[in-house]
Amino acid sequence: MTVIHVQAPGLLTTVQDLGREGFGSMGVSASGAADAISLRIGNRLVGNAESAAGLEMTLLGGSFLFPEGAVVALTGSDFGASLDGAPVEQWTSVNVRAGQALSLGPTRSGARCYLCVRGGISVKPFLGSASTHLLSGLGGFDGRALRKGDLLDVGVTNAESDTASFRKVALTAEALERLSPRKILRVTPGPQSDWFPESSQRVFYTSAYRVTEESNRMGLRLEGERIPARSGGEMLTEGVSLGAIQVPNGGEPIVLFVEQQTTGGYPKIANVISADLSNVGQLRPRDEIRFEKVGWEVARSLLKEMEDLLTSENLIHEMH
Amino acid sequence: MASILTSAADRVRFQRSSDQSLLIYFGQQITLGAHHDVVKLLRLLELAPVEGIRNLHPAYCSLLVKFDAQKLGHDELEAILRTYLDQFESLPLPEARQIEIPVCYGGEFGPDLSEVSATHGLTPSQTIELHASATYTVYFLGFVPGFAYLGEVPESLVTPRLAKPRRIVPPGSVGIAGRQTGVYPFATPGGWRLLGRTPIVMFRPDRAGMSLLSIGDRVRFVRISREDFAARENA
Repeated sequence: MTVIHVQAPGLLTTVQDLGREGFGSMGVSASGAADAISLRIGNRLVGNAESAAGLEMTLLGGSFLFPEGAVVALTGSDFGASLDGAPVEQWTSVNVRAGQALSLGPTRSGARCYLCVRGGISVKPFLGSASTHLLSGLGGFDGRALRKGDLLDVGVTNAESDTASFRKVALTAEALERLSPRKILRVTPGPQSDWFPESSQRVFYTSAYRVTEESNRMGLRLEGERIPARSGGEMLTEGVSLGAIQVPNGGEPIVLFVEQQTTGGYPKIANVISADLSNVGQLRPRDEIRFEKVGWEVARSLLKEMEDLLTSENLIHEMH
Repeated sequence: MASILTSAADRVRFQRSSDQSLLIYFGQQITLGAHHDVVKLLRLLELAPVEGIRNLHPAYCSLLVKFDAQKLGHDELEAILRTYLDQFESLPLPEARQIEIPVCYGGEFGPDLSEVSATHGLTPSQTIELHASATYTVYFLGFVPGFAYLGEVPESLVTPRLAKPRRIVPPGSVGIAGRQTGVYPFATPGGWRLLGRTPIVMFRPDRAGMSLLSIGDRVRFVRISREDFAARENA
């Protein structure tokens, strides 16, 4: 089994896959990659199933030594990666030779960069998933972010993973263009949208909101013009969906994210559409965002377009 | 009688929550009737899972159904769920389990016991007695793994949550908020008023079922001494 030595963990690096769905009735949040699209593409680039576990780095990347070599790919935001000092391209497969170290620095674009390794990061699954849930300390690598000195196992791969037969593949320029991060998030109305008066709705859909430092995988706290709900409505705790935009009494919205609590008691004005959720995962503190309302059918067709792109044969191509 | 006992299908309201989730409301109040509806729908969906449903988030009188939007649409899912509602009348409720949770009240374990007591003109002992006198229902689990929303706290103990939540509540802490009470399974932020702490681990990945409590369980809190707490914690 190949291993990866964590020489430097970065700011917050966790093992993530596509999450653990199906345990909401126990209060278990799905968790999973904040930018699932980047993880899926990274896995395709190294020849894994798209649900394999990879490393999610946040704002500042780490350094990883590969004593036995590996085929890897970096996707998501550009963290200025280098392999034994030489720059490494994003969105391509990379052949790491035995004894080489991959080093990443501070982000040059969005919040998160993914490191996928052929064979996947191997950890003991919790409820069928490798994803880390930091708040409860469950899943992933000991339920926590990586530390210096950790040794990660890589899953067993088939013969094709022989580095001698390495063939470089890359995401097509067209796909990369279509996946460029959006700062205007498209939303559908939330289950309590009619609790918000016309004035609040107008403010919400026309102003810019800033992502605050108090944002993490559980949720993004926004600051900007307040959008109070009508007073008098008593909200009973109910199940909340990924990307829900809830508005506590202070009137400043919070976008519930991958490590969200499964239920909540604040009214929700809107919900980020599925096709745009990965963009939320790339938002950094101080980023300015806006919200654009779309209809249910538009949300559905945007998701289909995205999935068609992600499952297309032509998503990646061989480099010569 | 028929005009009073409405069928489940008439009691519900469906609401789109996101492009991949649908909420089903059984009324808008905390009642045992609505709770039983939630339990029944959960049970039916466990017995006969619907292809394309990815997750279920129950609450007091609602169920959030998360689905694969590539396989299902809101209207199609609503139609399927309505066929499940038609089976409600013939489905018995599962037998409720009775579970006792030992609690060491007060001191550093229950930093809000004095203030809660003072608010209601009670002695700490009276507060403890009231809290331990009721049999609570697990309405649902939510927030974090294994956190059970228990109701209902006796009227004379109803206290609003803290104006400023604590940044960290130690695991095992037993708190109250409004008509609800519950035990924090993990060290998390929390705004419930803390009366005591249990030595029991509420959520263990290495235990069958993992969560000590499940939806529908009946729960009593039993007062234990500090010595008992220490002995059980090390057991």
